Amino acid sequence: MPSDDRTRDYDDAPATTARDDDVQRQEAGRDEDAIVGRTVTIGRPRDEIYAFWRHLPNLAGVMENIERIDLVDDRRSRWLVKGPGGKSFEWEAVITEDEPGRLLAWQSVEGSDISHSGRVEFFDAAPGRGTMVRATLAYDPPGGLIGEWIAKLFQREPNLQARRDLRRLKQFLETGEISSSASPSARRSESPTEQAL
Amino acid sequence: MRAVTWHGRHDVRVDSVPDPEIVNPRDAIIKVTSTAICGSDLHLYDGYIPTMRAGDILGHENMGEVVEVGPKSTLEIGQRVVIPFTISCGSCFFCGKQQYSACDNANPATTSDMSETLYGYPMGSAFGYAHLTGGYAGGQAEYLRVPYSDIGPIVIPDGLEDDKVLFLSDILPTGWMAAENAEIEDGDTVAVWGCGPVGLFAIQSALIMGAHRVIAIDHYPARLALARQMGAEILDYRDTDIREALFEMTGGIGPDACIDCVGMESHGLGIDNIVDTIKAHTFLGTDRPAALRQAILACRKGGRVSVPGVYGGMADKFPIGAFMEKGLTMKTGQTHVQKYSKQLLDMIGEGQVDTTFLISHHASLEDGPAMYKHWHDDQNEYTKIVLKPGMASTTPSRETEHAAA
Repeated sequence: MPSDDRTRDYDDAPATTARDDDVQRQEAGRDEDAIVGRTVTIGRPRDEIYAFWRHLPNLAGVMENIERIDLVDDRRSRWLVKGPGGKSFEWEAVITEDEPGRLLAWQSVEGSDISHSGRVEFFDAAPGRGTMVRATLAYDPPGGLIGEWIAKLFQREPNLQARRDLRRLKQFLETGEISSSASPSARRSESPTEQAL
Repeated sequence: MRAVTWHGRHDVRVDSVPDPEIVNPRDAIIKVTSTAICGSDLHLYDGYIPTMRAGDILGHENMGEVVEVGPKSTLEIGQRVVIPFTISCGSCFFCGKQQYSACDNANPATTSDMSETLYGYPMGSAFGYAHLTGGYAGGQAEYLRVPYSDIGPIVIPDGLEDDKVLFLSDILPTGWMAAENAEIEDGDTVAVWGCGPVGLFAIQSALIMGAHRVIAIDHYPARLALARQMGAEILDYRDTDIREALFEMTGGIGPDACIDCVGMESHGLGIDNIVDTIKAHTFLGTDRPAALRQAILACRKGGRVSVPGVYGGMADKFPIGAFMEKGLTMKTGQTHVQKYSKQLLDMIGEGQVDTTFLISHHASLEDGPAMYKHWHDDQNEYTKIVLKPGMASTTPSRETEHAAA
């Protein structure tokens, strides 16, 4: 992994793998309380993946909870997210850094339901092995109803949603479809916690 | 449609469920003509595999006739196809290296978390084998949805009946890969633990690959007789000290390669296995690797250990000292079925491999629950069961009446 200015000088690990949350924040250069990071390798060229991501409405097709993404202008977008109980939440994001084929960073505008910032970086993997896509998301978990909803959205483990969405992105870009095991069964419930064992 | 479903430990039923539908562009749907019960289905039956859910359709050794195709399937309606048990996308890094069972995409995002936690990385996926490997419905049913149908299914030419080609789905390539992983050289003696279907195919494959001798180990007389029929020398571990016999039969050298076709539910009365059994039943451990331990201890210095037998969790008392000090090599893994399909289909067509000798029973779908019980309880007599959804039920069982209620 190429190093950059946020990488610790005493080892080469990405900031989000630090054991200490303060070190994570310091090295990621973020003030938010929670930081999640995840890297996925996608067997497609860097420019192609960047272009897919840069046209933000594409992401609504691969991200589980995103209902719709509307472009306000070239740098601003409005995200509509479905929550539990038919409730929806939305925020407006503005692109703060844009280096074609290399990185995209965004920040939610003031007054958004969920205050957060994100960054996605694209690195060449070894020759013939496509692109490493590293996403970092930082947010302040809000209190109240929205906080409860965030907890549900991230399904207890903050990394989970990011990692599932990146897997769907990889599936879509590598195979042209998003894998689904939707099939008949005699199961009484589709709740993943319902198990006989 | 009717389907054989899992409801818990030793509880398999036949239920009426919805017909499958095309979900993704590369899907196809087949009308199942033959679907076998696999030895690894017994691990589900015995409740050893986590993440099964009550109502899941079983079956990963499937073939049938194409009845519906998605817009990006390369199959044609009416074609007869055998379906590899592994579901593989054909376009990821792993499929590109022909490591099809390690496919990085076929396991849906929602079911890939648990194996990432257990094994470090998300597992590939398979039909009818728990949600750890994707939660895809199995083919012990009238119809089956086949994802990525442009990559997996093997189109069968006219004139080759189901019984001859069905095992291309799993146990034939699994036995073949087991022998390939044993890296057999001229003059080699190969010892095979377990004379179930995979063991029998491993024996046949090892001989085709040039093994000088194959020594087969089991305790069921009928299965040992099949092994002898395939050309192996046989050892019954109830009567014989296996390590001493292998030492003597190889002139003190030991087998050059050892193949563990037993896996996590080893039988045997060694003290290690008795302790393992107690631990497995009290959830202090999961796997009982008695055959694998014996294979490692019996193998010659610098030899190879091949492990097609299924393991799922942790094992202790692993003889790592013998493994390291003797300089052994171990190869293992779920079978990369698609890698071997064409070669093995050609060998079947040319009569080089016999695939029908081990089938002991054909039965209807409705007889499925009774057949699971036989497969579990009567392993000497029931060496391979093929379910035929088109066949009328001959022995209506209590389980099927229960399911209809």
